[in-house]
Amino acid sequence: MSHILTMIAQRLALGLVTLFVVSLIIFLGTELLPGDFAQEILGQSATPETVAALREQLGLNDPMHIRYMGWLTDILRGDFGESLANGQSVADLIGRRLGNTLRLALYAAAIAVPLSLILGILAALFRNSFFDRFVNASALSSISFPEFFVAYILIFLLAGAGGAFPSMANFRGTPEFGDFLYRAFLPALTLTLVVTAHMMRMTRAAIINLLASPYIEMARLKGMKPMRIIVKHALPNALAPIINVIALNLAYLITGVVVVEVVFVYPGLGQLMVDSVAARDMPVVQGVALIFAAAYVLLNLTADVLATLSNPRLVHRR
Amino acid sequence: MTQLTDFASPSRRGVLKGATAIGAAALVTPWGTPLRAQPVQGGTLRVGMAHGSTTDALDPGSWEADFMIFQAHTRNNYLTEIAADGSLVPELAESWEASADAATWTFTIRSGVEFHSGHILTAEDVIASINHHRGEDSTSAAAPIVADIVDMTADGMNVVVTLSAGNADFPFVLSDYHLPILPAQADGTIDPNTQDGCGPFAIEEIEFGVGARYVRHEGYWKEGLPYFDAIEQIVIFDDAARQNALISGEVDYIDTADLNTVHLLERAPGIEVLSVTGTQHYGLPMDTRAAPFDDVNVRLALKYGINRQQLVDTILNGYGSLGNDHPIGPGQRFFNTELEQREYDPDRVQFHLREAGMESLDVDIHLADAAFAGALDAGVLYAESASAGGINLNVVREPNDGYWSNVWMQKPFAGTYWGGRPTEDWMFATAYAEGVPWNETYWSNERFNELLVSARAELDEDIRREQYFEMQQIVSDEGGIIIPMFAAYVGAYSDRLAHPEQIASNWRNDGHRIGERWWFAS
Repeated sequence: MSHILTMIAQRLALGLVTLFVVSLIIFLGTELLPGDFAQEILGQSATPETVAALREQLGLNDPMHIRYMGWLTDILRGDFGESLANGQSVADLIGRRLGNTLRLALYAAAIAVPLSLILGILAALFRNSFFDRFVNASALSSISFPEFFVAYILIFLLAGAGGAFPSMANFRGTPEFGDFLYRAFLPALTLTLVVTAHMMRMTRAAIINLLASPYIEMARLKGMKPMRIIVKHALPNALAPIINVIALNLAYLITGVVVVEVVFVYPGLGQLMVDSVAARDMPVVQGVALIFAAAYVLLNLTADVLATLSNPRLVHRR
Repeated sequence: MTQLTDFASPSRRGVLKGATAIGAAALVTPWGTPLRAQPVQGGTLRVGMAHGSTTDALDPGSWEADFMIFQAHTRNNYLTEIAADGSLVPELAESWEASADAATWTFTIRSGVEFHSGHILTAEDVIASINHHRGEDSTSAAAPIVADIVDMTADGMNVVVTLSAGNADFPFVLSDYHLPILPAQADGTIDPNTQDGCGPFAIEEIEFGVGARYVRHEGYWKEGLPYFDAIEQIVIFDDAARQNALISGEVDYIDTADLNTVHLLERAPGIEVLSVTGTQHYGLPMDTRAAPFDDVNVRLALKYGINRQQLVDTILNGYGSLGNDHPIGPGQRFFNTELEQREYDPDRVQFHLREAGMESLDVDIHLADAAFAGALDAGVLYAESASAGGINLNVVREPNDGYWSNVWMQKPFAGTYWGGRPTEDWMFATAYAEGVPWNETYWSNERFNELLVSARAELDEDIRREQYFEMQQIVSDEGGIIIPMFAAYVGAYSDRLAHPEQIASNWRNDGHRIGERWWFAS
């Protein structure tokens, strides 16, 4: 067991290094963009005097490395700084949105993960049957359409005049649980349709791959039922790749849902990132980027640990 | 003085609407008021808005996009107000008068006006609010419009403002959305991040980039107003989502309809399309210092090479009117009615090219849709029509991001939009006077600059009219900007809502005063 703890510690340390590199890349990247905060925020109404005054006030005239080091030392003290645009604390700003994003991601995952596991197992069990082809075809078509198109189709079918669900998932503050499930159903369903195919097909492929191995042959010769063979014997050995795919898709649910947020007017992190990049609001951009990177690091770490645990040979190493 | 409120847009619904208005006028009560003009109290107005960013801020000096301007008029009052017909009426200033040279103005502040916090309005509040935008280190976007103020003093409930030069339109300036009256602190400044105000509604909750909720201000000084109990403002970026929200009844009003699909809204039951042509215009400014645009004949050739009617029909889907290469709208006080409408004319393009000593002209135009919606398409159409006169126009596609800092006023030929200004002087002084920061064509014309200064301080209407007529003529013939069209503000609302007969055209959303002027019919 102890080497797993070592692995976690090592990976966390590596994760911190990754976050540092990410913040550096983000910082340099936004420096390369045309215009700075003072120009972007004043837009068409910028005059040289007001731009200069705003730069002076916000310390934007300092050289790049000074600004970056200042931000970094604040972070190490646990202070994410204030938005340049409206002086709100970045931690507060992100906190509210992060809660919303995580809620939606969990909602979608709670539908998508069991659904794709079950569909994947069933498709492997009845492979090449009509059911298998139907599930595959529909999952592939839903992933092939752009997200906004899937979203509009769902709105057309399930919302609008006489529809069962609201077409907007907008709310301020923290909604009641039941109300949330109802209002956020369409975005969660859209995300489910977008990520299910990936996970389902990986499950199916991994299991089918194992079904050709000798020990499965043995189990079959003993007269075991196919469903039992898959769940008891094949699935545990197929877990590692499945967990990896699930982790990747969960990370996508947290970081890649801007389009769904826009169509359903959902107040998540994505729009915050887009607005802040457009306005060159560095403290917010950095903060959100760190959160996104951390989501990937942590989910990958979890996937690796779980994949290791699923393999007895790795757990009981001599 | 009338302001053009263009209900008779060339749509079928527009025509129907005109007809109902006549029908309604016949249906009057014995005391002479139309039945539909009987406002009812109550209800929560839900507004879907196309703009609003997480980087918005409460500081009035930073307000630029519609979300915050709507917020401004819902939460605040101003010294003066532009009424629905375009005239200037008193708001927090009860009355005002000017010295003979129009350089000293005395405003009498209304007494007994209560802020949401219970604070009672004083002359000091007014001075502190305007001072926020003045001074050396001001970061306010409104700094240029208050730059002429030399001094302000309070005398009881009077505020005396001294200007560096005469300005007959100064009270108009005070209606600008950047200049709300906020409560002064002990040190004579305002807290720019305060949520207090003395407008019809108080902020209950505001989350930038998401939405806001306002409740009725019970102590509002305008009797009987507002009609709504509460207002919800919701940011809905996506055109389809916004129109869908209106159709499915999740909002009562949307501020911007997508011109490509507005015909679907026109057909939807229970939905009214609102189209108001005001001062908003789209333009293509040329740097008049740079060759070949330094030759007035080249500029004229380019002006005759654009097919204005085609642009209004396709880019605006008919929701707008023709521009005549000057920024004054057809509904404004001193709009030049004698100026001939410039038409598309390839022969004249060739004539002016020859005058400039050219056979043909090769020129780049730098556009992005950030300049105005449909700018790139407009550029392609323009290139098509200009080629008939011998102009090879090459449309260079620029990124939206950074457009205002890297392309606008940097490249010699680009695109621009203006929300317009309520007065002729304000518009000309902002973008056409020599050397002002937003003179996007770097244009300078001696006669024009002289007229601008003398018309500003002129209190005699007839002389002023003559002077502004001439200035429009000069800008149209010699200026460096092509203004092919005035774009209407196109929104839509549920027919449960009712509004006064006349709708303001100075801004979107009934001058952004829907919250105070509209009500639920049922």
